[in-house]
Amino acid sequence: MDHAATLPAAGHAETATGLNTFKVGFWVFLGSETLFFGSLISTYLVYKHQSISGPYPDQVLNIPLTSVSTFVLLMSSLAMVLALAGVQRGNRRQGLFWLFMVAVLGSTFLGFQAYEFTEFYHKGLTLQTNLFGSTFFVLTGFHGAHVTVGVIWLLTLWVQGLRGELPPERSLTVEIAGLYWHFVDIVWIAIFTLIYLLQ
Amino acid sequence: MATAEAEIQAGYHPHGRTGLWDWITTVDHKKIGLLYGATSIIFLLLGGLEALTIRTQLIRPDNHFITAEAYNQFFTMHGLTMVFLMGMPIAVALFNYIVPLQIGARDVAFPRLNALSYWIFLCGGLFLYSSFVIGAAPNGGWFGYANLSERPFSPGPNMDFYSLGLQILGIASIMGGVNFVTTIIQLRAPGMRLMRMPLFTWMAFVTSFLLITALPVLAVALFFLTFDRFWGTNFYMPAAGGDPILWQHLFWMFGHPEVYILILPAFGIVSEVIPTFSRKPLFGYAVMVYSGSLIGLIGWGVWAHHMFATGLGPIADAFFTISTMIIAIPTGVKIFNWLATMWGGQLKFTTAMLFSVGMIAAFTLGGISGVMHATSPHDLQQTDTYFVVAHFHYVLVGGTIMGVFSGSYYWFPKITGKLMNETLGKWHFWLWFVGMNLTFFPMHFVGLLGMPRRTYTYSAELNVGALNALETVGSYIMGVAAILYIWNLVRSYRKGEPAGHNPWNASSLEWATTSPPPEYNFGRVPTVRNREPLWLEGKEQVIADAQAAPGYIHMPPPSYWPILTAIGIATTFALFMTHVWWAPLIGLAATALCVMNFAFESTT
Amino acid sequence: MSMNPAAAPSSAHEAVHAHPGAGTYVVIGVILTVITAIEVAVYYIPAMHPVLAPVLLSLSLLKFVLVVMFYMHLKFDSRLFSTVFVAPLILAVSVVIGLFIIFKVLPHYQAVSALVR
Ligand SMILES: [Cu+2]
Repeated sequence: MDHAATLPAAGHAETATGLNTFKVGFWVFLGSETLFFGSLISTYLVYKHQSISGPYPDQVLNIPLTSVSTFVLLMSSLAMVLALAGVQRGNRRQGLFWLFMVAVLGSTFLGFQAYEFTEFYHKGLTLQTNLFGSTFFVLTGFHGAHVTVGVIWLLTLWVQGLRGELPPERSLTVEIAGLYWHFVDIVWIAIFTLIYLLQ
Repeated sequence: MATAEAEIQAGYHPHGRTGLWDWITTVDHKKIGLLYGATSIIFLLLGGLEALTIRTQLIRPDNHFITAEAYNQFFTMHGLTMVFLMGMPIAVALFNYIVPLQIGARDVAFPRLNALSYWIFLCGGLFLYSSFVIGAAPNGGWFGYANLSERPFSPGPNMDFYSLGLQILGIASIMGGVNFVTTIIQLRAPGMRLMRMPLFTWMAFVTSFLLITALPVLAVALFFLTFDRFWGTNFYMPAAGGDPILWQHLFWMFGHPEVYILILPAFGIVSEVIPTFSRKPLFGYAVMVYSGSLIGLIGWGVWAHHMFATGLGPIADAFFTISTMIIAIPTGVKIFNWLATMWGGQLKFTTAMLFSVGMIAAFTLGGISGVMHATSPHDLQQTDTYFVVAHFHYVLVGGTIMGVFSGSYYWFPKITGKLMNETLGKWHFWLWFVGMNLTFFPMHFVGLLGMPRRTYTYSAELNVGALNALETVGSYIMGVAAILYIWNLVRSYRKGEPAGHNPWNASSLEWATTSPPPEYNFGRVPTVRNREPLWLEGKEQVIADAQAAPGYIHMPPPSYWPILTAIGIATTFALFMTHVWWAPLIGLAATALCVMNFAFESTT
Repeated sequence: MSMNPAAAPSSAHEAVHAHPGAGTYVVIGVILTVITAIEVAVYYIPAMHPVLAPVLLSLSLLKFVLVVMFYMHLKFDSRLFSTVFVAPLILAVSVVIGLFIIFKVLPHYQAVSALVR
């Protein structure tokens, strides 16, 4: 950790580490978020097989459907880095196109989730039905809320880009939105394995 | 401010707002620190009044000064106030004021976020206290054990205030934690290496790390409780397969790091005060840093020592007994290092020093009784008795509050430019120290004699009436001491002796600049060459830089979006109380609007 | 909360040569897709069921690491970013493992030891 003690060489970065303060703060925030999702995932695992009435996970979870939505979210992460590369290189068209694609793919993921939730509802699983329902909906619901915030954030950036307000000098705002987006993606990587595949 | 003219001449432009509006829109870390400080002192008095009410009820056996229901509300609110509305924010007040000065920064990393944290904290505190207005304050203990906190067993709005109020306060704490971790990583002056930072800044760093890691766990635990109470889920309801013990695990996973969130800032203060008034550098600086960090880290692996009585089984009991005892080692190291710092020093017993030395004594006692109930069989005898109450009051009143008192006497001259009255200060110290020991020492015996906590009265046959009367007398003495303290603050602020920039001849950077510091803190950011920049070579240059006339300095402009966003967030949670499912969405929409404005606001 | 334009100025150019290009991103994307496909395949192959948990956990860990290292640039950025993220992450994983042991492993162990006694 002592590398933080070395002084900035470059004149433009007036921080003790030479790193951008906003980016450091955002990584700290993401560190905090890991404990939020860690606690939610723990609770799901602790309450696994504890429901005293159905429907149970193997009766409702739709693996083919969720595999597709998982793929969609993974591809949105790819789109996100391509958008960042575009903005960084000053390639406005590439940046805007991929930013929009991230928002579209994110919304598609949310659409899948909405479909999944309604399907569960018709199979008799609600937030109150049993512990599986409570832990599942609260965990994936909070994840979905994070995705929603991300989609709004990215659309805001996209509108800024359309107005020509995303020159390469401002690529850091896109990079940080990207960090958030990828974080939401890695949370889903954990959820997909722990909740869907390891029933 | 004496330097105002120089500022204008040199091209520094103050933002020129005054009065109430200035306080509402400020993003200056020093003003936010003062807001935090003033608010938490008010809550200290409220929590103290609650404590005196509790003690008055317990002054004699079979007393009926207040009802059992009122007693439940008073001890719950006393705990919540002292932990969330006094202990944490008063430390944050000092972090705010002192840390940027100690590392040579002009402000914190995210000044508007800092203001937002404060306003969310204030809204959360007001929300929690508004419960008294309708006579339904939280009544389930500060740890709100499930399933007593669930709707069927606590149908009123009391525990709604608890679950929603703490959620609001938690948001403020996480934001503050992110802000201070980032500030300390990023905004250190040239040469201020990590291993040159003052111990107070180090402890602020560790505390902030605990804030960002522990508070999210509480947030999740509270969300489950909120969902259970409002939307009929069964997270903690055994009838549906849920497990109330899960609440205890999540709560104490937050709750034990919380203990260190409360005590590490006090450790930091003592580590500043003792060297200053011993005229010696801190003994074993590096070991002090490592032990403080180790306490924070191991503090994450001991939570179930609060749960021995739940029957965790021999393996978990053994694990948590051992891990808890291990924490005593770095803590003991700190105590010995403070004593070694004093050893052979030119001791000067100012009020600040008295409080620090008193803190070491009282904290050691609380620490030792802590090791006693780390032993799980021992704990089964002590749990839920006054022995535990004695233990954590020695740690929190003897440790945290005495540490904070020490810090306030120490830094008051920096903050106001005036010295505090030492005569009043010494009265304050001795009354407090005697009152504290009178109040809490007998509780050890009362507890071992079998008096349970959280019970509004006791029978004369228990034979603890005399000791309880003594405790109540002690608490009144503490009340008198607290009034003396407030009086001293007010009086010294009005007509204290001028302090000069470094009245204690202390070693760290905050004493280089003027008292009170200008808005931009340092005219030129000094370059740090050693651990005691005002004691060792180069001190003249450091002081000259710090007090230099400023060149062009850009300070962030004031903003009213923090307070509006905070109101939006608090309203979102408060609207749950309507039990109309879409009502919080209105608050959420308003918050989103505020957040957008916050995000797009120009900070140039 | 985080579109603060004033925070952006620095490190844009350093980022450009520090970060990998579009080609690398696409390759990582393909690898992630293949791993996901393997995961789902493993789930459907009955022969794999005895080792389902270790295999799936390793594969998702690999995905996690790839995204964090390449898409979030931790492999190329300052190690400080890794430190502030990984330290809480370790705590979070410990919370999951700790609660899992307390609720799912210890009760069985204690039941067995009670029988033996
Ligand atoms: Cu504890």
